[in-house]
Amino acid sequence: MLDKTGIAKRIAKEIKDGYYVNLGIGIPTLVANYIPENIDVVLQSENGLLGMGPFPFEGEEDPDVINAGKQTITMLPGSAVFDSAMSFGMIRSKKVNLTILGAMEVSENGDIANWKIPGKMVKGMGGAMDLVASAENIIVAMQHVNKAGESKLLPNCTLPLTGVNCVKKIVTELAVLDVLPDGGFRLLERAPGVSVEEIIKATAGKLVIDGEIPEMVV
Amino acid sequence: MNKVVSGADEAIRDIEDGMTLMLGGFGMCGLPEKCILALVKKGVKDLTCISNNAGVDDFGIGLLLHQRQVKKMISSYVGENAIFEQQLLSGELEVELIPQGTLATRCMAAGYGMPAIFTPAGIGTEVAIGKEVRNFNGKDYLMEMAFDADFAIVKAWKGDRMGNLVYRSTARNFNPVMAMAGRITIAEVEELVEPGELDPDNVHTPGIYVHRIFQGNDYEKRIEQRTVRKRDL
Repeated sequence: MLDKTGIAKRIAKEIKDGYYVNLGIGIPTLVANYIPENIDVVLQSENGLLGMGPFPFEGEEDPDVINAGKQTITMLPGSAVFDSAMSFGMIRSKKVNLTILGAMEVSENGDIANWKIPGKMVKGMGGAMDLVASAENIIVAMQHVNKAGESKLLPNCTLPLTGVNCVKKIVTELAVLDVLPDGGFRLLERAPGVSVEEIIKATAGKLVIDGEIPEMVV
Repeated sequence: MNKVVSGADEAIRDIEDGMTLMLGGFGMCGLPEKCILALVKKGVKDLTCISNNAGVDDFGIGLLLHQRQVKKMISSYVGENAIFEQQLLSGELEVELIPQGTLATRCMAAGYGMPAIFTPAGIGTEVAIGKEVRNFNGKDYLMEMAFDADFAIVKAWKGDRMGNLVYRSTARNFNPVMAMAGRITIAEVEELVEPGELDPDNVHTPGIYVHRIFQGNDYEKRIEQRTVRKRDL
């Protein structure tokens, strides 16, 4: 079974040389720490930055330099700053190659719910609806089951949707799965020490298992 | 051409109860903090505020909420504000949550003189309820209307008396598109310079969009999430 760092490390393997990548808040943010050093990747922050770097050294925080999570960050050499409309313009026009975000639920046809729980204070969708509606390649980083032990990979989402038919791949503490074009989660890899049976038990939506499922290399 | 006013009080002098305001900024970054303080002092009420966030309890739009000056917020994310939550639950405050890209692009449309935009954001979700859907090249898009704001209030790094503006780093965010979108646009800047001092090639907002400008002093520029790393020893 993977911890959060493990999930981030596994997702980092999906990032390819030359990619522009948008990382959501939570586990996706951790992915930045594990991008292979031999590839060239530019991180987009939807508040208006390409070329996001690591957190600043203590004492070098600049209130004018933040990411979409409102954290102080740095700008790498070759960065570019732009306004919010252009930021979502490059997302909508599919210039951003990969979007990695968290989710509360994903359905077997790739619907995602990650912004609202009825009865709880709603904070808002931020840029998530724009990202999932436009991105061609969306990877979800999340736990396979919720705190109550219920599967988050469902036939249909029960929570209000963020977007429909958009998630391509899911990495959880148990498995790597992709969402088939005709519906269904296809099991691609097992987390170290996790059996196929455990994954079947934790998946409520349609699960497609073809042949031997390899253990993932993290 | 001289658009300079004496300060925030003069800049917002004719903002009245019930008006719709755009306020630039992302979280507390690039926030027109001087004008917000002047609005609090003036006490105008029943405002509709279009702004990505709603401030925190004691800074930004949170100050207007504290004085119960806001009737409606149009935002994409309002997570950091207890007063906001309280007023929302009690029904005092109306809130319209819209996707961040839709918010920015509805500002942009106003500034470009276009009545509406088509965006895929929100298709198949509750954001789409009651909105026109059009299919282009096999994909559905929502029609979203350009904003119409009485005033846009923005914060820039530098500006001149012609109203030309330059923003700094990610404090740019919503400011340029809101500057273009207000019927009257007020810009507060950290440094007011003479015409000619800003390189025309590097002006972010041309002065034609700006009606009033002033230099604010002692910007607080609060940091919402101070994240740092340790130096390697």
